[in-house]
Amino acid sequence: MTIGNIGRIAGRAALVAMAMLGSIALASAAEPIKIGMGMAQTGPLAGSGKSALLSMQIWVEDVNAKGGLLGRPVKLIYYDDQSSPANVPPIYTKLIDIDKVDLIVSGYATPIIAAAMPIAMQHNMVLMGLFGLADNARFHYDKYFQIAPIGENPSESSTKPIFDLAMTLNPKPKTVAVITPELEFGHAILTGVRKNAKELGLTVVYDRTFPPATTDLTTVVREVQASHPDIVVVGTQPGQTISAVRAISEVGLKAMMIGGAMTGLQTSPTEMLLGPQLNGFVNFNYWLPSPKMQFPGVMDFLGKYQARAEKAGVDPLGYYIGPWAYAQMQILGQAVEATKSLDGAKLGPYIHATTFKTVVGDVKFGPGGEWAKPRVLMAQFQHVTGNGIAQFKGSDKLVVVDPPEYKAGDMIYPFQDARK
Amino acid sequence: MNITFELLANSLLAGLLLGGFYAALSAGATIAFGLLEIVNIAHPTFAVIGAYAVYLLNRHLHLDPLLGGLVLTPIFYLIGTILYRVYHFAFERRSEDAMQGLAFFFGLMFIVEVGLIMIFGVDFRYVTTDYITTTWQIGELSVPLRLAVPFVGSLALLAVLEIGLKRSFTGRAIIAVAEDPLALRLMSASPVKIKRIAFGVAIATTAFVGALLVIIQPLQPASGREFIGRVFAICVLGGMGSISGTLIAAVFLGLVENMTSIFLGASWSPAVAFGFLLITLAVRPRGLLGR
Amino acid sequence: MRFHLLLILAAALVYGAARAIGLDYVFFAGYIVLQYVALATAWNILGGYTGYMNFGVSAFFALGAYTTVALDKAFGLPLPVMMLAGGIVSGLVGLGMGYLTMRLKGIFFAIATFALAVVAETFITNWDYVGGSSGAYIIRPVKGPLYGTYIEYLFLLMLVVVVVSLAIARWLERSRLGYGLAAIRDDEVAAEATGVPTLGLKLIATTISGALMGVAGAPLPFYITFFDPSAGFNLAYAINSIAMAMIGGTASWVGPLVGAVLLATVQQVATVTISSEINLLLVGGLLVLFVVLAPNGIVGLVQGRWRWRR
Repeated sequence: MTIGNIGRIAGRAALVAMAMLGSIALASAAEPIKIGMGMAQTGPLAGSGKSALLSMQIWVEDVNAKGGLLGRPVKLIYYDDQSSPANVPPIYTKLIDIDKVDLIVSGYATPIIAAAMPIAMQHNMVLMGLFGLADNARFHYDKYFQIAPIGENPSESSTKPIFDLAMTLNPKPKTVAVITPELEFGHAILTGVRKNAKELGLTVVYDRTFPPATTDLTTVVREVQASHPDIVVVGTQPGQTISAVRAISEVGLKAMMIGGAMTGLQTSPTEMLLGPQLNGFVNFNYWLPSPKMQFPGVMDFLGKYQARAEKAGVDPLGYYIGPWAYAQMQILGQAVEATKSLDGAKLGPYIHATTFKTVVGDVKFGPGGEWAKPRVLMAQFQHVTGNGIAQFKGSDKLVVVDPPEYKAGDMIYPFQDARK
Repeated sequence: MNITFELLANSLLAGLLLGGFYAALSAGATIAFGLLEIVNIAHPTFAVIGAYAVYLLNRHLHLDPLLGGLVLTPIFYLIGTILYRVYHFAFERRSEDAMQGLAFFFGLMFIVEVGLIMIFGVDFRYVTTDYITTTWQIGELSVPLRLAVPFVGSLALLAVLEIGLKRSFTGRAIIAVAEDPLALRLMSASPVKIKRIAFGVAIATTAFVGALLVIIQPLQPASGREFIGRVFAICVLGGMGSISGTLIAAVFLGLVENMTSIFLGASWSPAVAFGFLLITLAVRPRGLLGR
Repeated sequence: MRFHLLLILAAALVYGAARAIGLDYVFFAGYIVLQYVALATAWNILGGYTGYMNFGVSAFFALGAYTTVALDKAFGLPLPVMMLAGGIVSGLVGLGMGYLTMRLKGIFFAIATFALAVVAETFITNWDYVGGSSGAYIIRPVKGPLYGTYIEYLFLLMLVVVVVSLAIARWLERSRLGYGLAAIRDDEVAAEATGVPTLGLKLIATTISGALMGVAGAPLPFYITFFDPSAGFNLAYAINSIAMAMIGGTASWVGPLVGAVLLATVQQVATVTISSEINLLLVGGLLVLFVVLAPNGIVGLVQGRWRWRR
């Protein structure tokens, strides 16, 4: 055994050892960070569910292109909750127990998020909520963060903008009617309307809720018509929104202003279906491609989204939920990078304390997990002709009328004037 | 809430028009159930199939739904006769009671529903015609064509069935097979063949009824479920097997539903319809106008 | 007595196996399977033994669940107590239904049960205390009162329900009561003519069947934590119970057990692997297949082969 030989053997052994250590390190570095969720791909919520999923997948690709999170690739694991809250607990249990996900985000809509809360709380994990109304009101979970800019007082912020607008009308309205279903969501709307009406001195002349499964709302609209309201607040979920618009058209309801919290009117398939029947409705939006809303990265994201949307069979424009689903993931990712951790105990407090820069602008959460300051836009459909999609791509058929800092045009009233 | 004359009159009208549709939907069921004792719980689901077929014709060939329904009727008749052969082979020959047959159609209903979900998804489908969004104003009454056209179509269908049953040889044979199969055989008409024709007719109606359905309301795979109870309520209330009884019971149901909606709220409507059914079953199972 | 010991032993083994695997998911999925065993067995008492097809399964099931919702909100009682309450409520409803439908047979009875389910649902949706159409939230504790997680506790409770249901079904089958029910199933008119107290027996059958369904439904709000009418009043419960009992075989207590374990397990696997609609497609398809080709169910097929071999 010469010294040279020993040296050579030692050298090779060292190389092998390093290679082994290196591959172990590489293997654990390559071990992906798994983010799990249940997201509606079928059922009434699937329209937004599928759109959200595509947006999140784009975010995953973007993040992985830049090297992933904490040097590891990100992987999305999802199951279809079929728009049914009953399916949510088993899905999240499977995600955590069997798929061993590191992080979770919620599905879309209030009851779906609520069903996932207990499990998130049980495992002390951060839960990012996608478009839920007042989900944390009874849980008071300190690691829940909801991305829609509704604010800490949801029933107020979903109805106050309509009343703010109503008070700019001349003459001032005196009576208000509400069309809303018998659901948690509907109750929040009712509470908000009653509170705002009381504060501003309006009389509520109709506030009967309708069964959620109703497809023919003409009777309800007739009843509203019989009470001669000055303004009509409509608070509905996607399927009911279409029924409401059609019923209002069929009955020929007249008022100074109609609309408010009609979910689903923001997605392009619905816009195309209803076409000119939309004219005059004033409705909430979270984001529109308005000149004052071009936050950094949002148009890039929408470009990628819209290129793939048609093929994926989702909302082709994606304005309603796309940027928000993307922003939610951005926040989660930024928190993970900043705290260098996947642990809810570290992520939670960090997210509470930070103002994030996202594709929907600056995001700061309040103590209950909602936006510290709401940012709900009110926009009116004007001069919509035919059922083509191109007219909805810009922002001239959907004119932002409130709040003043984002305003793009004046509201046309009374309602029937906008229908001509 | 203000109950004006306008509201009341329009609701009564809507109830009447809707009732006509209920009658058309129940007509086929009352033939199958009332005359043939075949408990096809999937009858409304067949109307949903018809509705989807009509929707496709409307969407791709721009065919008016009513026309589409008529065009599809012979095909549905064929489906009905084939279905009857299976049913007869599996159940009637072995003289099983109606329970196994009921389970059969129940299973069929779910197969069809899920099949529709897998093909079309659960989103609502609408047909487009020139008249669906039009409403005629007659004084205080607004007559939406969305309801009026199907009402007229329903009456036409019922008239055809009634005349067919009462005036044609086959029709009378169908009525006879319910009352006395032996006598029928003695008249050298095969009861099985007559029953097959009858069931074929029952299913054939669902093509046209499907067209009416999709004109009235948006379509989704589970649309049939909300009508199962109404259909059987109407069959029982109207007397099993009577077309005129079906019409009266159906209109009655439509009116009561709408009135309940106005006075008590829409959430109580189902209870009213089914409450009536339960009471009728308890007191007079043969129906208000039974044979 | 020996049978009961064997049954309890089998249940203990199942529980032990589930604990050994140690995943919450097993308890989650297993709970649903057990729930359907109980439902199918309960349905069979009225359907298979007595020959009366009940389409209103969801009414009894959901009323048991809503009893829990109401009692939990009012008093916060321990779950087993609420389960008993649910059983009593649904049992009483079963008794009432029996009275209402005493003159109805066959298909008319089935339609009446269907109507009953709708009426029950309408009442619940109009009852704001339990949430009406909006539904109610139930906060599920993280830990069970014994040791493990709460979901393990739910699994254990449902296991007990299954053991009790199977024991009752078997006892009923072999008792004089059971012979009376069979007589009604085979020929009610003849049974009456020979002095069988058909009305009394039918009432007992509907009450027991309803009560068991109510007990099976009672823990569900704690399982899903958000309970609205569509969670309980779902026609899917009816078809599943009917299919599981008929596919398994309606003549004895073994049928619903076999049918439910097979069908429910397949459904749970399908939900997370293929897709979720497939569930009802499978159930419907198998039901149609069995009803046409093998009306005596799996048990009937096995017995047939046995006899044939001899």
